[in-house]
Amino acid sequence: MRLDFPLFPEQASTVAGRVDALYFFLVAVSVVFSSLIFMLVGYFAVKYRRRSDAEWPRPILGDLRLELLWTIVPLGIALVMFVWGASLYFTISRPPAEALEISVVAKQWMWKFQHPGGQREINALHVPMGRPVKLTMTSEDVIHSFFVPVFRVKMDVLPGRYTSMWFEATKAGDYHSFCAEYCGTQHSGMLGRVIVLVPAQYERWLSAAAVGESPAAAGARLFQQLGCQNCHRADSGEKGPALDGLFGRPVRLQGGATVFADEAYLRESIFDPNAKIVAGYRQVMPTFRGQISEEGLFQIIAHIKSLTKEETAKAR
Amino acid sequence: MRTPASEPREHYLNVSYGVRSWLFTTDHKRIALLYLLAITFFFFVGGAFAVLIRLELMTPAGDLVQSETYNKLFTMHGLIMVFFFLIPSIPAVLGNFLVPMMIGARDLAFPRLNLASWYIFIVGGLFTMFAVVAGGVDTGWTFYTPYSSTYSNTHVVATALGVFITGFSSILTGLNFIVTIHKMRAPGLTWFRLPLFIWAHYATSLIMVLGTPVLAITIALVAIERVLRIGIFDPALGGDPILFQHLFWFYSHPAVYIMILPAMGVMSELVACFSRKRVFGYGFIAFSSLAIAVLGFLVWGHHMFVSGQSVYAAIVFSILSFLVAIPSAVKVFNWTATLYKGSISYQTPMLYAFGFIGLFTVGGLTGLFLASLGVDVHVTDTYFVVAHFHYIMVGGVVMGYLGGIHFWWPKISGRMYPEGWGRLAALVIFIGFNLTFFPQFLLGYLGMPRRYHFYPPEFQVLNVMSSAGASILGVGYLIPMVYLIWSLRYGAVADSNPWEAKGLEWQTPSPPPTQNFEQTPVVQDEAYAYWPGEVEVD
Amino acid sequence: MRIGQGRSRLTEIHAVPAHQFDDLDQQREASSLGMWVFLVTEIMFFGGMFTGYTVYRHAYPEVFADASRRLSVVLGALNTSILICSSLTMALAVRSAQAGKRRALIGFLVLTMLLGSAFLGIKSVEYAHKFHEHLVPGATFTFPGPRAQHAELFFSFYFAMTGLHALHMVIGIAILGALVALSWRGRFCPEDYAAVENTGLYWHFVDIVWIFLFPLLYLISRT
Repeated sequence: MRLDFPLFPEQASTVAGRVDALYFFLVAVSVVFSSLIFMLVGYFAVKYRRRSDAEWPRPILGDLRLELLWTIVPLGIALVMFVWGASLYFTISRPPAEALEISVVAKQWMWKFQHPGGQREINALHVPMGRPVKLTMTSEDVIHSFFVPVFRVKMDVLPGRYTSMWFEATKAGDYHSFCAEYCGTQHSGMLGRVIVLVPAQYERWLSAAAVGESPAAAGARLFQQLGCQNCHRADSGEKGPALDGLFGRPVRLQGGATVFADEAYLRESIFDPNAKIVAGYRQVMPTFRGQISEEGLFQIIAHIKSLTKEETAKAR
Repeated sequence: MRTPASEPREHYLNVSYGVRSWLFTTDHKRIALLYLLAITFFFFVGGAFAVLIRLELMTPAGDLVQSETYNKLFTMHGLIMVFFFLIPSIPAVLGNFLVPMMIGARDLAFPRLNLASWYIFIVGGLFTMFAVVAGGVDTGWTFYTPYSSTYSNTHVVATALGVFITGFSSILTGLNFIVTIHKMRAPGLTWFRLPLFIWAHYATSLIMVLGTPVLAITIALVAIERVLRIGIFDPALGGDPILFQHLFWFYSHPAVYIMILPAMGVMSELVACFSRKRVFGYGFIAFSSLAIAVLGFLVWGHHMFVSGQSVYAAIVFSILSFLVAIPSAVKVFNWTATLYKGSISYQTPMLYAFGFIGLFTVGGLTGLFLASLGVDVHVTDTYFVVAHFHYIMVGGVVMGYLGGIHFWWPKISGRMYPEGWGRLAALVIFIGFNLTFFPQFLLGYLGMPRRYHFYPPEFQVLNVMSSAGASILGVGYLIPMVYLIWSLRYGAVADSNPWEAKGLEWQTPSPPPTQNFEQTPVVQDEAYAYWPGEVEVD
Repeated sequence: MRIGQGRSRLTEIHAVPAHQFDDLDQQREASSLGMWVFLVTEIMFFGGMFTGYTVYRHAYPEVFADASRRLSVVLGALNTSILICSSLTMALAVRSAQAGKRRALIGFLVLTMLLGSAFLGIKSVEYAHKFHEHLVPGATFTFPGPRAQHAELFFSFYFAMTGLHALHMVIGIAILGALVALSWRGRFCPEDYAAVENTGLYWHFVDIVWIFLFPLLYLISRT
């Protein structure tokens, strides 16, 4: 038995300290209030203990000022906790724009990671210290959840949808990652490692790691193989909208609504093309559900994202 | 001056004998005892699973049972404890027994419906026990899709049916209580003269009738989805697993208030009687019960902060979750104030009340950690949550239940339990409980997720502490089982009001006659009229 | 006993409250409140499915409209009017009980049962059509176009909601049958007809649920 066990997790991300600060505030408030209650109860229980069977104390019905006091003060403290927690949550939910984007596919019972340079990992994830990292995640089967205690972040990973989370590691090391949403037999076994490397070591790792195609290149290849360019070309006319510069911009749909072309929109357009038809086009795109794996879909999306930068660069 | 022992020749227990007189009874008191037997059985089953879980978790490796089995153990522990022990416990046992008596009625509004509720409970329990013995179910008590609807290979449908059926028992009990409290109060018993136990059960019943049907339909849809292989909640078939979570938690959050409100009702009775004082802030406690019931329906999304729901939805659910904590805090302060200048005695029920105040306070405060979005992201789905809800459900509800059982035992059985053993058990339970569950807060913050069969070795010491505590807790629960049964034969005969308590239930003999009162009482006093003077019993 | 008389020996005996009640008024109020509370639980029960349906309809409006067009508006509208008529006959039955008119009471109860059965008959015809068109969710489901899954969702809700509704109708008809039998034996009188009144409440509720179901399921984009 490991007797040198920790009582508190390390802090290894930019938000960890803030989460712990709020936590300690909550602990302090809890200690104060529970001590207050325990001491009062203990004191009253002893001081007013029954000394004779004939004791019948006078009733005290209530006190409005006291009621207001112990309603409003806790309410005030609760609001402080709420605001603090909510503002921290906004930070946790909003990845910075220049984050390193890594795609994650979870399945029973493993984690598959793909780096933008083409490196792929299973269950272990190498990240650089001091740089924000954004994980875009989906599941191939049931709901999982990616949890790194030392970063104090966690997000469920859903089938059929993308969720994302971000962190910026501040301390090099080898840390646990866990699956935090019960997912079947080997739920406990979906253990992973997050390996935080200082930038120099990270660069070395990047070049040493088995590199396949970059996701964008693999995506371009799939794009060709599946025949997407037959309709999605600059000169394709009414067949399909051009995809250059599409990602990250608003799209006008038939019927007047506008959506934002993010990963979820691209995924839906490929798997369920008739859900949202772009204004000015007809319902002709077939579905590719079952023909593309989750990893393949991430690659195609990476390719489409790259069209934004390439075409703008070409146009100059 | 104590009132003379009054054990009439005929009362509800001896008015008729034989299995049929029990299985076809419509007497709310007998039905309460039928429920007592049933939920005690389920407590043992759920407790057995807990023992196995804590044994397994003593070592980091999964070496006692296989993972498939472990996943069934925690699922069935949760299902049985929540649906077949905690939710019925106080309302179906103490509520059924006491609601008519406390309001001066002869029975509930619909006695045959009450018996039907028990049978429905038993049928639901049989479906679930079938699933248990036929190989178990491993979806977690929360049945998240698509695991439960598509991937699990265990007896999901049988379990879903069991929970579905049992839900109707809850709904009908709630319906019965609402109508009874509205329409059958004795003359002079206005709403604000009602014991707070009644207010608590009224609020609980509102939640039962409004929330349970949503769970019923949700779980039915999961079963249908599984059988017909259609996609209501499975994304591979076009469905939305988050919709399941919303529908599930829409009931299952208010469900925790179904569990705690009746315990709070018991608390008011115990604190008043054993301080010999009117409850401080009666109106505030009454309205707090209603506020908890209403607000409780608005906070379900706090179970889903990391599920992928929108940030703005999370904000709304967070602030509402903080609001719902306030009425509970108000109650704790009011009970504490009741002790001030009271005349306090330390009999067993009061020890359970003290334990409740301590443990519920800790449990409630740790709920604030979970309502705080920034911290919840870290601790949700970890042992922190497990510790939090066990503090409320075991530290709160079970302590309230045991306190109530001891308090009303003389009324129910006509006998006193042995006081020394009672106090000892209360103490053992309190110590065992804290040792079991406090380390789990630390484990959770360290990052140990819930529902883990095996874990990294640095979590072992805290797990061993927790398991050691569980063994003490288990012993603590066994002690009352033994002496309560013993007391039925050998306990001191109780008179009608051994605690010199106020309340209509104490104005009848122990045990009461079938019709509760020889004559319908007329109420002229406020509740908890413990003013100076002697207690009069007619 | 003579048919047509408001009272009989049986009503003399039954115009007595059950043992837990102090008087008939309390009994009547309690059973009425009980039925109202029960109907609230039914609203929540159906409400879960209405919520799910609304979520999916909002997500997949065109497919749901396409799927909805496969339902027969004619049969649906026919059923709606049958049910509304049955609520009328039910209300008239309650009125007859209140007035002590036993023959009218029995007549209107029977009419309500017939109308309810007609509703169920037409519903079975609709279900049979769906079966033959392979629109029953499950292994045999077929729907043209790439979005068959979402159409199957529509039909899952269609069958679940109308099926649950039909189950409530069956139970209602059975209760009406029991009321007919009791009325025949003179159980009800103007002082004690709560069971008829409460069954009326239940029946009207089942009618109202249909009045929501019909446009929601049958009338998407039919204009």
